[in-house]
Amino acid sequence: MDLKYNPEEEKFRTEVRAFFDAELPTDIRTKLQLGRRISKEDMVRWQKILFRKGWGAVNWPKRFGGTGWDIVQQHIFEEERADACAPPQNPFSLKMLAPVMQTFGNAAQQEYFLPRILSGDDWWCQGYSEPGSGSDLASLRTSAVRQGDHYIVNGQKTWNTMGQYADWIFCLVRTSSEARPQQGISFLLIDMKSPGITVRPIIMLDGEHEINDIFFDNVKVPVQNLIGEENKGWTYAKFLLTHERSGNAGIGACKRALKKLKEIASEQTSNGRPLIEDSRFRDRIAQVEMELMALEITNLRVLSATAKAQGTLGPEVSVLKIKGSEIIQQLAELKMHALGHDALPYVREALEMGWAGNPLLSSHYRSYAPPISGQYFNQRKTTIYAGSTEIQKNIISQMILGL
Amino acid sequence: MEFNYSEEQLALQETLQRFISRDYDFDKRRKFSASSLGYSAEAWTQYAELGLLSLPYPEEFGGLGGNAVDIMLVMEQFGQGLLLEPYLSTVVTCGGLIRDAAPTPMKQKMLPQIAAGELKLALAAYEAAGRYDLSYVGCTARESGGSWHLTGRKTVVLDGASADHYLVSARSSGGTGDRDGISLFLVPRDAKGLTVAAYPTQWGARAADLKLDEVTVGADALIGAPGRALPIIERAVDRANAALCAEAVGIINALNQATLNYLKTRKQFGVAIGTFQALKHKMADMLIAAEQSRSMAIIAAVHADSQDAAERHRAISAAKAYIGQAGRLVGQSAVQMHGGMGVVDELIVSHYFKRLTMIDLSLGDADYHLANFSDTLRQAVSSV
Ligand SMILES: Cc1cc2nc3c(=O)[nH]c(=O)nc-3n(C[C@H](O)[C@H](O)[C@H](O)COP(=O)(O)OP(=O)(O)OC[C@H]3O[C@@H](n4cnc5c(N)ncnc54)[C@H](O)[C@@H]3O)c2cc1C
Repeated sequence: MDLKYNPEEEKFRTEVRAFFDAELPTDIRTKLQLGRRISKEDMVRWQKILFRKGWGAVNWPKRFGGTGWDIVQQHIFEEERADACAPPQNPFSLKMLAPVMQTFGNAAQQEYFLPRILSGDDWWCQGYSEPGSGSDLASLRTSAVRQGDHYIVNGQKTWNTMGQYADWIFCLVRTSSEARPQQGISFLLIDMKSPGITVRPIIMLDGEHEINDIFFDNVKVPVQNLIGEENKGWTYAKFLLTHERSGNAGIGACKRALKKLKEIASEQTSNGRPLIEDSRFRDRIAQVEMELMALEITNLRVLSATAKAQGTLGPEVSVLKIKGSEIIQQLAELKMHALGHDALPYVREALEMGWAGNPLLSSHYRSYAPPISGQYFNQRKTTIYAGSTEIQKNIISQMILGL
Repeated sequence: MEFNYSEEQLALQETLQRFISRDYDFDKRRKFSASSLGYSAEAWTQYAELGLLSLPYPEEFGGLGGNAVDIMLVMEQFGQGLLLEPYLSTVVTCGGLIRDAAPTPMKQKMLPQIAAGELKLALAAYEAAGRYDLSYVGCTARESGGSWHLTGRKTVVLDGASADHYLVSARSSGGTGDRDGISLFLVPRDAKGLTVAAYPTQWGARAADLKLDEVTVGADALIGAPGRALPIIERAVDRANAALCAEAVGIINALNQATLNYLKTRKQFGVAIGTFQALKHKMADMLIAAEQSRSMAIIAAVHADSQDAAERHRAISAAKAYIGQAGRLVGQSAVQMHGGMGVVDELIVSHYFKRLTMIDLSLGDADYHLANFSDTLRQAVSSV
């Protein structure tokens, strides 16, 4: 047992940090530091910078153009990324679709799509959920009917994160209603420019446009866009979900949020004294920090055990998903509470980079308050998406505990 | 003990419920909130006609002589309907303060104007560096030639955007955190040297920050004795907190109702999600939280008019802390059990959740009030 990074890992960290220092565009960094809105363009620009360095996909094997990094290296990269205030990369293509395509896709698909993901040329979104099928994903109804060389797709997907930017969507569609629901699902790649697709924005509770409804009206999809075999999509979908959930622990983001929380608690004052000196508030920070200390190691233990066994991730990722989402929520809540009165205003313009600030507002409000209450509201999603906490607990109790 | 509302109170409750369903549904509320005022001027006129704006004032000043329980009932409906009008600030906090502590001529002038819907007020008592501490007053008040000159800043003045007058706390003697030396002034919005920076709040109403630069008011603007205003302000804020507790209870019940409906109608895995035990238990916890919160809101209301400052303060802090915690549980659980539908702007659920969250952060959050309450235990032990 040893929790220290070895000299090579330390060297790697130095290299990663130096890269972020040198290459992360200042305007993007500033936006993330201040919690301002980031655009698709910002994320794509950053993906292209990483791609040029050869770091376009930190979780892919080398033969597909990935870094081939091990679990610890990926962890270090993610930690440094969050700390440097670099934007996250598009998870739907890099962390969800790609592993599926690399494992179950054919050579033509791999050769066409993977390089375009790596270079940032294609933006992907995830088309799993439907209005009637959230937790019970297997009940999905969007249909794909084979007609010659094409599937004709009809139905509706919902909650599609950043779907408004997407060039492509990977969808679970129903190709058979005969056997169990799980057995009639296929995994289809659909060009968002296809005729018959409509995207409708859904505004979230923080007032922001992050998710969408996507409607399919007789959309023609070439059969070459089927992943693997027809009616085997559920297997690929579950494989993908495990990858999605393992990424949800978000240790790097939690560490960054914790640092920010401490910063705010040192700057905010309560009756003239720094809030961090108030032991009641400090204990709350300490409590979350302990959870995070544990989760960092739990996360590495689970991931490295899987890597060592060369196995696939299993139901243990549910532990990571539950804890990671709860911790990020608690940190968001504490940041909001640290603000006191400054949590109350909602000055929408302040989310834009160019906002000059109203000099009459409290200096805390001008410097960091604007996104924080909105983040608390927004982060409620983390215990809902990618399988809600209740669903994860069902998985733990059934698949691990055998209850 | 008597736990029931009177006939008159029930009639008032019904009137408000009818008003909300007829004139203040969720779509209308959205429009009011998006307007430049941030609330409905028409609704305000109707409140005047219904007697809501004169509810807590003595009859000699044109009031209806109502008590804090009447206010509780009104505020519960404000929660239920997510009403945006500056009732809390104008009628409960500032109107109540004027009723209790202002010189008679000021009462004679202002209370009837409030009752008629012609005058709105807001309390400017907090400063950025003081967090929730009302004794942290850096804003200064200097007397010269029979006038007072005020200089400083006030932060997040609730309903401050539309107020015609502000009640401003300022220090006439002592150091920033001292309990003594705080005076209270009535400052008109158009006073020279006063700048108002208004903005929307997270729940759609409006608030403001104030900057006072040598704002001059006459001796008749003073409320209470010079340097002795803190207890007056604390009493008003206690009363406002009791009202916020009632508003929170209205929201908690509305959220529970909405969530229960959802559990019965939303189907996954071929059954209503309310058949899953994990959700049943969560919902049961929400019901318990609602019952306990109502009791706390009643305790707060019954103490709101109390002359015993220590007893009043202790009870209301307990209620506000408890309801802050209960509201967190109910709000978060309601969102969670709605799944994706819980985090969209389109449903009222997220709007209830946001207001409930912001009620906790207004006029002292759960931790602040827990500390207040907890400190009284120490005093009780040391006096045994
Ligand atoms: C912000 C956001 C972004 C999203 N992005 C995407 C995306 O990009 N692509 C995509 O495909 N989907 C996305 N989703 C959808 C997400 O995966 C679903 O919201 C999630 O699966 C829950 O489904 P639901 O919203 O229909 O809730 P429901 O399934 O209706 O659940 C409602 C409540 O019932 C509970 N429940 C359900 N079944 C059980 C059970 N058996 N036992 C106990 N409790 C249960 C749930 O935990 C929840 O509390 C996103 C969701 C959100 C909120």
